[in-house]
Amino acid sequence: MKEETVDELSLEPERYELYAELEQHWEAARREFFELVGGGIVVVYALDQVSGMHESSGRRGGPGLSLPQEIGAWLHISEEGQVTGYTGKVEVGQGNRTSLTQAIAEELPVPLASIQLVMGDTDLSPFDFGTVGSRTSGVVAPQMRKVAAAAREVLLDLAAQRLSVERDSLLVQNGKIIQEESGRAFALAELARGQKLLKAAGEEVLAKPATEWQVEATPVPKANGRAFVTGKHHYTSDFKRPGMLYGKVLRAPSMNARRISLDSSAAEAMPGVTVVCEDDFIGVAASDELAATRAMEAIHAEWKPLEGQPSTHELFDHFKKNLHEVQGFGGPTAHVEGSVEEGLSSANRVLDASYTAAYIAHAPLEPRAAVAEWSDEENSKLTVWTGTQRPFGVRGELAEVFGISEDRIRVIVPDTGSGYGGKHTGDAAIEAARLAKAAGKPVKLVWTREEEFSWAYFRPAGVIDIRSGVNADGTITAWEYHNYNAGAAGIRTLYNIPHQHIEFHSAQSPLRQGSYRALAATANHFARETHMDELAHAVGMEPLDFRLKNLQDERLRAVLEAAAERFGWGKVKPSSGHGFGIAGGHEKGSYVATCAEVAVEPEGGAVKVIRAVTAFECGAVINPDNLQNQIDGAVLMGLGGALFEGIHFEDGKILNARFSRYRVPRFSDVPILETVLLDRKDLPSVGAGETPIVAIAPAIGNAIFDATGVRLRSLPLAPDGVKKENS
Amino acid sequence: MERITELDVNGTHHRLDADAERTLLSVLRDDLDLTGAKYGCGEAQCGACIVLIDGQPIPSCVTPVSRAVKKEITTVEGLEQNGQLHPLQEAFLEMGAMQCGYCTPGMIMSGVALLRQNPNPSEADIIRSLEPNICRCGAYPRIVAAVRRAAEMMKTETPKEGAA
Repeated sequence: MKEETVDELSLEPERYELYAELEQHWEAARREFFELVGGGIVVVYALDQVSGMHESSGRRGGPGLSLPQEIGAWLHISEEGQVTGYTGKVEVGQGNRTSLTQAIAEELPVPLASIQLVMGDTDLSPFDFGTVGSRTSGVVAPQMRKVAAAAREVLLDLAAQRLSVERDSLLVQNGKIIQEESGRAFALAELARGQKLLKAAGEEVLAKPATEWQVEATPVPKANGRAFVTGKHHYTSDFKRPGMLYGKVLRAPSMNARRISLDSSAAEAMPGVTVVCEDDFIGVAASDELAATRAMEAIHAEWKPLEGQPSTHELFDHFKKNLHEVQGFGGPTAHVEGSVEEGLSSANRVLDASYTAAYIAHAPLEPRAAVAEWSDEENSKLTVWTGTQRPFGVRGELAEVFGISEDRIRVIVPDTGSGYGGKHTGDAAIEAARLAKAAGKPVKLVWTREEEFSWAYFRPAGVIDIRSGVNADGTITAWEYHNYNAGAAGIRTLYNIPHQHIEFHSAQSPLRQGSYRALAATANHFARETHMDELAHAVGMEPLDFRLKNLQDERLRAVLEAAAERFGWGKVKPSSGHGFGIAGGHEKGSYVATCAEVAVEPEGGAVKVIRAVTAFECGAVINPDNLQNQIDGAVLMGLGGALFEGIHFEDGKILNARFSRYRVPRFSDVPILETVLLDRKDLPSVGAGETPIVAIAPAIGNAIFDATGVRLRSLPLAPDGVKKENS
Repeated sequence: MERITELDVNGTHHRLDADAERTLLSVLRDDLDLTGAKYGCGEAQCGACIVLIDGQPIPSCVTPVSRAVKKEITTVEGLEQNGQLHPLQEAFLEMGAMQCGYCTPGMIMSGVALLRQNPNPSEADIIRSLEPNICRCGAYPRIVAAVRRAAEMMKTETPKEGAA
């Protein structure tokens, strides 16, 4: 209680200051909004700095628009009656264009197909930190509901004035404001025409509770789906601008290699070819891709490799020998409760085990791509179309590289060929903009698959050492957990353990590493839930009973029990060569449990996942069909990381930078997938694109143990099948 | 340097001027603005670039444009007829068989080729035929369901189509 009071006191003054400022913002903002959108009605979500900090503390707006700092989502009803929502989030296949459209339609009853959504355009969208951390459903959807609800109220006010009737006699239905008694009806356009109304809505606006949803909670199909099945949707890599050239970048033959000579004269002599050599950047632009490739191949560069770079086989030693204390991603984290020494000394059994996870690649099917165009006098304004999860972040990167202010740069993110946490940076955008600047023409740059595998970034590899104590009755007494480099996401345990020491140690990473679907929660759940299985077997308990005995958290219990029930856990026995495994966890506010059945071939030990049953709970479900799709997708992506995905590298080179060498799940890998959705309408919705990935790897590993008695502790578990010597 | 000057795509005879060594994928996308077929790997491993050449599914990313001359090329843009989607396109929408959609054109072209050859494919047939195509988002089960659904739709449609 005391802590809360302190927090409130320290935050309140800021809040008042903000609101005092807002009034002045609004008048200037009003002019700017309507210069931008013409007339009509605009409703903006006014954030308080406290709740909006993560998503929205940054500069917003771009050329011609400098929106106030405190705006979240906003909504415009044009004089023609077009309803358009604006958000800085981007659509990368997770379905937020659809779910946010539903959120608008829930409160402003107009046909779904008539609602547009402007996403990830730094000139038009409110500032956004990035489409990261599963935050669209939890943060932006409530804002959209509230601006839509406020817009509905504005329309009702306007209609009531026009008819000189009480507002109560009016209702909004199917895109019209209707007075039932008189039969009078207004289209949105009739009410918006001639208006320049700006309204700020905030937390105080009431939106319907989830129990009353009629548009949300329904399986609305993908927004604009027809454009995707006809090939008409333009991804970044499909964009074309007048006079556009095609770019290629000359990469070093290995990471950290130093260039010692360069001869680009042959390439420069080629007609229509632009060559750029600046510091470490060597690139070309030409009239088509083949011409660009030929020009690049005509450049002769010699490189001196960096000696002594660690390779795959020595990676895990390398981490432990190269810890650093600086705040890496995740930062230094130690969680301590009780005394591990005490917990271990009182235990009947002490168990030590070490787990590892390989670097893995996101491998989005659309590689990094950008189209860059400089315009205005002296090429001082830059527009870049690019597939990134952080349009505003990429704008900042561009501003820094080119030494121009952010308001001279517009980044636009077309709905993108997936990301999975892998598209947070602006590499392709910067490269395309460099080439476009030198060529004086727009340039498109699409990374090759090899570039995507070699020069993007990976999910961190890591080592996780666990020492635990357990009593004969199955009570866990101690939990000591050291994670080296894998990352801190999902590191804490929900099991009730009196003595805990959980620590993340950041280390020097030989490969570029970064975000991933659910981040390190993949590695941490693998280690934790595998170890839980090992503890259960150590005390001779059934793995689900063992988990439940040590678990009070109701939401995690609920998904474990739901998955087990659907799977038939404890009721059926695996046939010969088959095994069952269970695992559960939580991350980013949602809860997941997966039961897996595997078959292991007696000869060669090839593993096939036969069936995976996943129970999932993310609060109130916004779109059950899209959620189902996300869960299936996360489980399948997790299956790849569990069984066979892993980056191999040596002397600074990625050895398997192709789909022919880096295996990803294909049709024949797909098990029978079943899902139990626990729809908690009493709880706020949270994002669901990431968390369902975390339980499948340990569930598969535990099932392999059940089938073979071989305990696998390294991800990927069985790229070449289960070998008896692995145990 | 040999040049390619004509190409038959989706029933249209195109005049163009392209280096014969360029890939069919690049010419379709960059010269003819048919961007439905996608680049995904450049080594015929992901299926995002699949188009039909004389009805056969071909990875256009490793096919020199010279090999497509005087042949009938069909891309995803050519499936819709008079505003009417191909049953497999309808089925993809009905089953929600995509997430980011980047693999969708290649999946649909592989599926169309299969359905032409085998109007009633089993699940195993579908998996075998689509195995070259990667959906990194993992919409695989829905894509299989969409091909089955399209097969059903085409069965009931056949009498109507008559000559088609």
